[in-house]
Amino acid sequence: MSRLGNLYQSVIGKKAIVAVTGSIMIGFLLLHGWGNLKVFSGATAAGVPEVDVYADFLRTMGVPILPYGSALWIIRIVVLVSLILHVICVVQLARHNRKARPVHYKHARNFEEATLPARAMIYTGSIVVLFLGFHLAQFTVGGVGSAPFVQGDVYGNLYGAFQHPVYVALYVGVMAVIGIHLYHGAWSLFQTLGWDNPDRNKSLRMLSVALGVGIFLAFSAIPISFFSGEMNKPSLQHADTSSRSNK
Amino acid sequence: MNFTLRIWRQTDANTDGDLETYKVQDIEPTCSFLEMMDILNERLTERNVEPVAFDSDCREGICGMCSMVINGKPHGPKDGTTTCQLYMRHFEDGDEITIEPWRSAAFPVTRDLIVDRSAFDRIMQAGGYVTVHSGPKPEPNAIPIEPSIAEEALDAACCIGCGACVAACPNGAAMLYTSAKVSHLGLLPQGQPERFERVQKMVHQMEAEGFGSCRNYAECEAACPKEISIKFIGRMNRDFLKSTLILPNNPRGKMDSQ
Ligand code: HEM
Ligand code: FES
Repeated sequence: MSRLGNLYQSVIGKKAIVAVTGSIMIGFLLLHGWGNLKVFSGATAAGVPEVDVYADFLRTMGVPILPYGSALWIIRIVVLVSLILHVICVVQLARHNRKARPVHYKHARNFEEATLPARAMIYTGSIVVLFLGFHLAQFTVGGVGSAPFVQGDVYGNLYGAFQHPVYVALYVGVMAVIGIHLYHGAWSLFQTLGWDNPDRNKSLRMLSVALGVGIFLAFSAIPISFFSGEMNKPSLQHADTSSRSNK
Repeated sequence: MNFTLRIWRQTDANTDGDLETYKVQDIEPTCSFLEMMDILNERLTERNVEPVAFDSDCREGICGMCSMVINGKPHGPKDGTTTCQLYMRHFEDGDEITIEPWRSAAFPVTRDLIVDRSAFDRIMQAGGYVTVHSGPKPEPNAIPIEPSIAEEALDAACCIGCGACVAACPNGAAMLYTSAKVSHLGLLPQGQPERFERVQKMVHQMEAEGFGSCRNYAECEAACPKEISIKFIGRMNRDFLKSTLILPNNPRGKMDSQ
């Protein structure tokens, strides 16, 4: 434990915590995105949308070794703890840096290497946190947003929400912000952990671009498809037979 | 050539300073930036104005003393060049040139353009050395070093400790300096005995001096007159994390079975 304490005490260690928690959240985003894309997989023979089956699987995974829903809670807690640590470290480092450079130059600064996404990390990150609160209220807890919310009817809830252009714009916009955060962040984490070097640099930076763009496209495809009328209306019938029986 | 200079004037560390405007006329394009400053100071002295205090020593780009932020960039607009190696022909006739001291909490301004960089010395004292025994000297080439490693160590050893990396960093970090010093010894066989102790001590001293934390902007690399790469920062991070998290604290300790 003293090792972790020493890590947390140092600015390099704190930044490493930002990198590791960032990686955990990237892992979560990849799984979350992959799951969400099941809205495009149609429905089972019984007429239950695949994405609802997937949502149910998230709750039943690990059963009977683990109680119903607990595996999902473990993932939620890991991601939440990562997010909290990420934000605490980032805020502490930002304050530390402000003290390290109290006086600004009079002459305007021309950044030569630092990209706009790199300089905007704290803003893009803050937008993500604010959005996260709204997103959970809308699709996990329910009750926020104008469409009727039915627990377990993921497809129906998405369909309802994304008939409204405001939500479509919000989701697509925030996904772009996450993509921008990762454009710098995904490369930065390798440098922070000391895994970048001149041989790999180009590939790692390309990987970050691919990740940022990929996450943006995968997540925004969903609201756009629902809004454009591409997707089938949720059938009334499956609203009764869906696998949300446990809730 | 004629220039309008806006120069930071400050009498001492405890007094507020401000930019003052001076005109300099009839400057040769072959004049170096510091020679131009000398001419300005001569003319100011003739007019009984206090000359501008600035640091310089070798004036050939190797000592790292000439600390000036010229038009917002440490060492001025030319890449890979110290202020003393900058010439007035690199500017346009009639230019307005703003000259400020290095800005960082760890580098207090002592007068005009002079800052106190002894924080760097203390980082060096904390771990920037190798142990040398006092007996007869070994044959210098007795330890084989792979040429590419020797060259890489020299890339880091190019650091002249001028502090431009700190001056350029919006976060006031001294990571490029510290990593160059950690790496040029840590890469070589002679530097192995203290390798991990060194990175711990130097990083802790760097923090104790109040330098900021790296956000991987690489503005330091862009400002470095020796064009030292941020790859050394990655290397230092790795050595620091390894020695903090993985290396045994007590390799000779006792173990029990269970
Ligand atoms: C889905 C959520 C998030 C993910 C996947 C994520 C990912 C990352 C990654 C990978 C890094 C790079 C770490 C490094 O360079 O060492 C990073 C850095 C950072 N993140 Fe996040 N982050 C997320 C949320 C946030 C939030 C909510 C904030 C809010 C304040 C934030 C602010 C920052 C900042 C300021 C940095 C430091 C950037 C730098 O020093 O250059 N992030 N993030
Ligand atoms: S005066 Fe020595 S490097 Fe410029």
